[in-house]
Amino acid sequence: MKQSLFPAIRIYLFFTILLGLAYPYLMTGISQVVFAKQASGEFLSRGGQLIGAKLIGQKFEKPEYFWPRPSAVDYNPLPSGGTNLGPTSADLKKAVDERRVKMKAANPDSVGEPPQDLLFASASGLDPQISVVAAEYQAPRIAKARKLPQEKVGDIIKQNTESRQLGILGEVFVNVLTLNLALDHAQGIDTAPVLLPVATPSATATPGPTESHTS
Amino acid sequence: MGFIDVVQFVLFVLLLTAITPPLGKYMAKVFEGERVWLSRPLGWLERLTYRFSGIHEKEEMNWKKYAVAFMLFNFVGIVFLTVIQMVQSRLPLNPQGLPNVSWHSAVNTAVSFVTNTNWQGYSGEVTMSYLTQMIALSVQNFVSAACGMAVAIALIRGISRRSSSTIGNFWADLTRCTVYILLPVCIIFTLVLVGQGVVQTFKPSIDVTTLEGLKQTIAVGPAASQIAIKMFGTNGGGFFNANAAHPYENPSALSNFLQMLAIFAIGAGLTYTYGIMTKARKHGWIIYGVMMAMFVGFTCISLYSEYSTNNLFHQAGMMEGKETRFGIFNSVLFSTVTTSASCGAVNAMHSSLSPLSGGIAMLNMMLGEIIIGGVGAGFYGIMLFILLTVFIAGLMVGRTPEYMGKKIEAREMTLVILAILAPCTAILVGTAISAIAPAGLSSLANKGPHGFSEMLYAYTSAAGNNGSAFAGLNANTLFYNLMLAVTMFIGRFAIIIPILGVAGSLAQKKYSPPSAGTFETDSGTFAILLVGVILIVGALTFLPGLSLGPIVEHLMMLKGQSF
Repeated sequence: MKQSLFPAIRIYLFFTILLGLAYPYLMTGISQVVFAKQASGEFLSRGGQLIGAKLIGQKFEKPEYFWPRPSAVDYNPLPSGGTNLGPTSADLKKAVDERRVKMKAANPDSVGEPPQDLLFASASGLDPQISVVAAEYQAPRIAKARKLPQEKVGDIIKQNTESRQLGILGEVFVNVLTLNLALDHAQGIDTAPVLLPVATPSATATPGPTESHTS
Repeated sequence: MGFIDVVQFVLFVLLLTAITPPLGKYMAKVFEGERVWLSRPLGWLERLTYRFSGIHEKEEMNWKKYAVAFMLFNFVGIVFLTVIQMVQSRLPLNPQGLPNVSWHSAVNTAVSFVTNTNWQGYSGEVTMSYLTQMIALSVQNFVSAACGMAVAIALIRGISRRSSSTIGNFWADLTRCTVYILLPVCIIFTLVLVGQGVVQTFKPSIDVTTLEGLKQTIAVGPAASQIAIKMFGTNGGGFFNANAAHPYENPSALSNFLQMLAIFAIGAGLTYTYGIMTKARKHGWIIYGVMMAMFVGFTCISLYSEYSTNNLFHQAGMMEGKETRFGIFNSVLFSTVTTSASCGAVNAMHSSLSPLSGGIAMLNMMLGEIIIGGVGAGFYGIMLFILLTVFIAGLMVGRTPEYMGKKIEAREMTLVILAILAPCTAILVGTAISAIAPAGLSSLANKGPHGFSEMLYAYTSAAGNNGSAFAGLNANTLFYNLMLAVTMFIGRFAIIIPILGVAGSLAQKKYSPPSAGTFETDSGTFAILLVGVILIVGALTFLPGLSLGPIVEHLMMLKGQSF
């Protein structure tokens, strides 16, 4: 017993230093150099202000913006998560029926039923994307609210559609935040968004992208 | 389900099969103590580990000594993890100023990560400091995986050695696995993941003002380095609460595909390692083939169920609890991969899957996670069923059963049955207690059969050291933290100790050459018999439980009944 206890403690300590400190610090160091933008979370800024992260969905309710999927956490990432309601849940049934009524009322000029991804909540509560049909369904509302021709809105959806990775993996979708930024940009409402390599909380106060690379 | 989904499925199985031989060969060399191409750049690290820890790596251990070393190492881990969580507010690298974790949650999480379960009763981004994630959780992601591998290798040695009293050196197996296998693959995989958009930073959470003028606080952290080992080590513990559904843990279809491959890679490779180390390559492929056949079969049932119409919502392929970038197919595939292996990472909320898909996830775990399975754990798990199959075949022809030239006798069978029954008992008894205890029922989020499924899933996941959940269940209570900690402990160590006993016992036996009456274990007959034994044991034990949960929920759903 004793013969093995001291090696157990010592090797545990060694692995804690190697795998718990050296490894994550080394990986952070390399990542911040090689993939600075991605490693920091791909934050977007506009007019010197941080307006979100490309991969983290945010809440949109105004008629002139595309709406994202329903979120169990109301797009507050602390913490992330889904509803975890089961396939025979009466609560889920009620929520979906209400969303359907609301979605139809908000999109009176749209054809057909609302696409299901606009009715069912995502797994993370932060899903940054919607399907192309979900974007097209909302196009008439947005064209009307922005006084844009509907073809123009359709074009912006097309330009922002991301296809399957390597041609086969995953799904076809649009990123809601970049789509909405593109809408604003098309009308010259704001300047083009800037991708920040490294975002710090203080960057909200100092306009423009920061260049500091720290880990 | 479209043509493109079939292409992804086929691609997944083909790629996995293609990487199995080279990885298996490499691992065999590592565990035989031979020089590998990484010996030159990393040999110093192995030697430094031994010197720092005062270990004589060449000293051979008998099974009892091996088991003692194994248990002491895991005991140190449980104590260390519990303490770190309970004092994290006073330690550095806690930019959000998170408080200490409650004692019962800390104990649960410690057992959870040491047993390779990574059941999470807490929400990562609002509970664990960066330091806790790194030096407590991340480290266990590595070493719990290496421990599982060590046990598998010790068992292989037990089978391949003849008239030997020893089964290897635990410290050497642990170190070689960590240094030559897990660490190098994780360094590469971390960078791939970061390239796809997984965060790796020590910055605190970041406040933004959204386009509509709302405030949003976005949690970041050193996630990628942990997620790499979370997948390769079949750990499954998320950096963030939403686990692999969180866009910062699994940002793209490619990261998703690679994460699924990573979950299966080492477990699949071990079947080939086994073939090499016992000079029975065909038998190794038979094991892999049985695993893949069951995997494809169960995945097809799960896909069929998910794409069928839910009569309550009049919707086929419901997107509830799924992410747009993965869609239905990749969510279902991930759910069967993560539950076949004892990973437990989720890219969709399993609680919101169709009843039978959720049921397949449970069944995968109930069968003991022997379809590829956890790293090491899946291998020694299926060995239990192989020994049982050989034993039953022996009984049928009235002959002393033999496996790989070793007679299988009462002592081995006693240990095998103990290891098969222990987790089954823990699942059924734990669920039964929860179903009658007020403290068990008050945590349920769903009503009707789905509520029962939440409890059954929790104990199944804990006993199988999986860690995924029907996460509506509020498991961060005194009752569930302790009940599930005990279940995880049984599910890990009540299998491993008998396995090491079997290894020690087999190592001592003489080799008896195969004769005309020997039951061949590299034939199709053996494969069919093995599948039969696995399904019968699983079905007999768990059909009543599954009937009360997913099966009755499926029937109610067909009637359009809600709860």
